[in-house]
Amino acid sequence: MSPTGIWDSIDRAPLIVRDVLVSFLPDAWQGLANDILIAATVTVVFATIFALLTILERKGLARIQNRPGPNRVGIPFTKIRLGGFGQPLADAVKMILKEDIVPTSADKVLHFIAPVILIVSTLLSLAVIPLGRHLLPLELEAAVLYFFAAGAISELAVFTAGWGSHNKYSLVGAMRALAQMLSYELPLVLAIIPVIMLTGTLSTSAIVDAQGSWSLGGFLPAWHVFTPWGFAAFAIFVVASFAEANRSPFDLPEAESEIIAGHLTEYSGFKYALFFMAEYFGMCALAGLGVTLFLGGWHAPFSALEFLPSWFWFFAKLFMMLGLFIWVRGTLPRLRMDQLTRFAWKLMVPLALCNLVNAAFWHLSAGWDSPGGLALRWVLSIAIIATPFLLLSRSLFAGLGPRTYKYAP
Amino acid sequence: MILLAAISFLILASAAVAITRRNLIHAALWLVVSWFGVALFFLWAGAQFIGFVQVLVYVGAVSMIMLFAMLLTRQGRVPVEMLTLKAEKRIASGVLLVSAVFGVIAGCILGTDFPVTEASAASSVTLVRIGESLMNDHAVALLAMGALLTVALIGAVYIASSGEEDAS
Amino acid sequence: MTPLHLCLLLSTGLFCLGLVAVLARGNAILVLLGVELMLNAANINFIAFWRFGNPSNATDAPILVLFSIAIAAAEAAVGLALVIAIYRHQRNVRVEDATRLKG
Repeated sequence: MSPTGIWDSIDRAPLIVRDVLVSFLPDAWQGLANDILIAATVTVVFATIFALLTILERKGLARIQNRPGPNRVGIPFTKIRLGGFGQPLADAVKMILKEDIVPTSADKVLHFIAPVILIVSTLLSLAVIPLGRHLLPLELEAAVLYFFAAGAISELAVFTAGWGSHNKYSLVGAMRALAQMLSYELPLVLAIIPVIMLTGTLSTSAIVDAQGSWSLGGFLPAWHVFTPWGFAAFAIFVVASFAEANRSPFDLPEAESEIIAGHLTEYSGFKYALFFMAEYFGMCALAGLGVTLFLGGWHAPFSALEFLPSWFWFFAKLFMMLGLFIWVRGTLPRLRMDQLTRFAWKLMVPLALCNLVNAAFWHLSAGWDSPGGLALRWVLSIAIIATPFLLLSRSLFAGLGPRTYKYAP
Repeated sequence: MILLAAISFLILASAAVAITRRNLIHAALWLVVSWFGVALFFLWAGAQFIGFVQVLVYVGAVSMIMLFAMLLTRQGRVPVEMLTLKAEKRIASGVLLVSAVFGVIAGCILGTDFPVTEASAASSVTLVRIGESLMNDHAVALLAMGALLTVALIGAVYIASSGEEDAS
Repeated sequence: MTPLHLCLLLSTGLFCLGLVAVLARGNAILVLLGVELMLNAANINFIAFWRFGNPSNATDAPILVLFSIAIAAAEAAVGLALVIAIYRHQRNVRVEDATRLKG
C-alpha cells in the first residue's frame, strides 16, 4: 500500500537529500556524517516546530479568550505584519539579549547544567519517534523503554534546577514539580502497556506497522484509538502527558501566581529560554509518542489517501495533538497540588490497571468474528472500562457538588 | 577495547570522585554520572534492554530517593566538622584493607585464562526471547519480585513516616 | 589482557570503591551510596561474562541483572527510610552514633 513513482520519491525526499550531502565526503567519514546530519535535522525540525508552536499557542489562547493575540511583528525591517507570525523572531532576540543573572550563593555548576540536562533528555527522547515511512532517526528494539528512560533524566534536571538556585521557594517548587512528574509517570506507562501487549513489541516502527491496515472498505483504519481499550488508554495517556509536560490544567509548578515560578525562579535570559524550549520539546515528544502508539503514526486515515507523503500525515496528526494541548490549556482551570495527586493515584492508576484487563480481554476474544459476537465483544469491552470509571469518579468526587453562591443580604 | 577503556575510566573516575565529596548532593550527582557510565557499558556489551532499565531505575528513581533522603535529613549543607583522629584512622584502615582486597582479586583475575568464545551471547538474544523467558521460566521469581517491591515500599513509607506521632 | 579481563578489573575496581565508601565514610547515606556501587559492580560482572561467555542459557544473565536492579532499588528505598527514621531519633546521620539497639 506504499506510494509508487513520484509520490514515493516525495516520501523519500529527506533521504535523497541526505544521500546527496553525504556523498561529498570520503567513505570513512560517511557514517559519522550521516549520524550528525540526522541529529541536526531532528533538532532543527523540532526547533522550528517550537517556534511555530509559541506563536500558535499565543494566538490560539488569545482567540479562545476573545482577544487578538500578538499581531504586530511580521518580517523584520519591513512594514509587512504577517498577522503577527514573526513573533518567534522577536522572542528569540529578546531571550538571547536578556541579562543572565545567577544568584551569588547559588551553586554555579548545578545552576548551569540543569537546563542543559533537560534539553539533552528531551532531544534524546525525540530520537525514536518515526517521522515518516523511512524517517526514523534511531531504530531500536526497545524504543518505548528508551523513550521513558530519556524522560526519567528530566526529573533529575528539575531537582538540580531547584537545588542549584539556593532558594527556598525554588526548592519547594522543584519538589512539587517532581511529585507531579513522578505521580503521573505511572499512569503514562500503564496506559501504554496495553499497546505493547497487543502488538508484542517495544519498537515504534513495528507498532506503527501494526496499525497499517484498513477495514470497512478502506475507511476505518486499524489505529489503536478506534478500539475500546485503545480509546481509554489514549484518554489516560493524553491526561498524563498534560501533567508530564507541566501544561495546564497541571501547570502548578510554573504558574505565575504560585511560588513565584517554582524551580524556574532564579533563571533568566537564555537559560530560561532553554527551559521553555525543553518543555515544548517534551510536549512534542509526548504528542509524537501518542500519535505513534495510538493514532497510527505516519499512516493516512483512508487507504485512498495513502499516496500523500507519510511525513505530511505525521506532522498533521502531531499538530492536531498539539492543538488539543493548546485548546485544553485555554479552557480548563488549574488543579491544586492535592487535587492533582489525588487524581493521579486514586483515579488514573486504577483505571489504567482496569484498561490492562480490558486489553487482555480484547486480545483473547479476537476470534469473535460473527456480527453478534463482534457486538458482544465491543459491549463487554466498553463495560469493563466504563463501569469502574463511572463508579470510581462518582465515589471519589462525591460531596463536591455544584457550587452554590451566597450573596450579601 | 579503547571504547571499553574509556567507559571504564568514566565509571571509576566518577565513582572515586563521588565517594570523596564532602557535599552530599555533589556526591549523589557524581554517582549519577557513574551510573550513566554503567549504562553505557551495558549498551557497549549489547544488553540494550538492561542499559535502558539501568537508566530508568537508577538515574530516574534511586537517585531521586537518595536526593530526597538527603533533603529530609538536612544533609544539604557542607558539614563543618573537622577530620578527627578517629575519622582519619577509620579512613586509613579502610583504604588499606580495600587495597589488599583489590590486590588479591585482581591477581586472581589476571592470573586466570578465561576461555573466550568467539560467538558472543549478545547477538542471539532478542527482547522477545527475554520476555518469553521472563514470563515462562522465571514467572515465580517475577511475581515474588513484585510482592517484594510492594512490601518494601509500603514498609519504607511506614518507617519514614512513623515519627509523626512521637515527636520527641 | 583480553577485554574480559578489563571488564572484570573494572567490576573489581568499582566494588572496591563501594567498599571504601562503606568502610571509611561516617555518613549513613554515603554508606548506602557505597552499597549501590557494589551492586552495580556485580551487575557489570554478570554482563561481562554474558558478553564474552558461553551462549547457552543466554537470556539468564539479563534477567538476573534485571532482578538485581529491581532489588537494589527496593533496598535503597528501605535503607533510606531507615536513615530518615534514625535521623528523627538522633538528629544526625552519623553511623558511629547509632550504637544502641533501643532508642
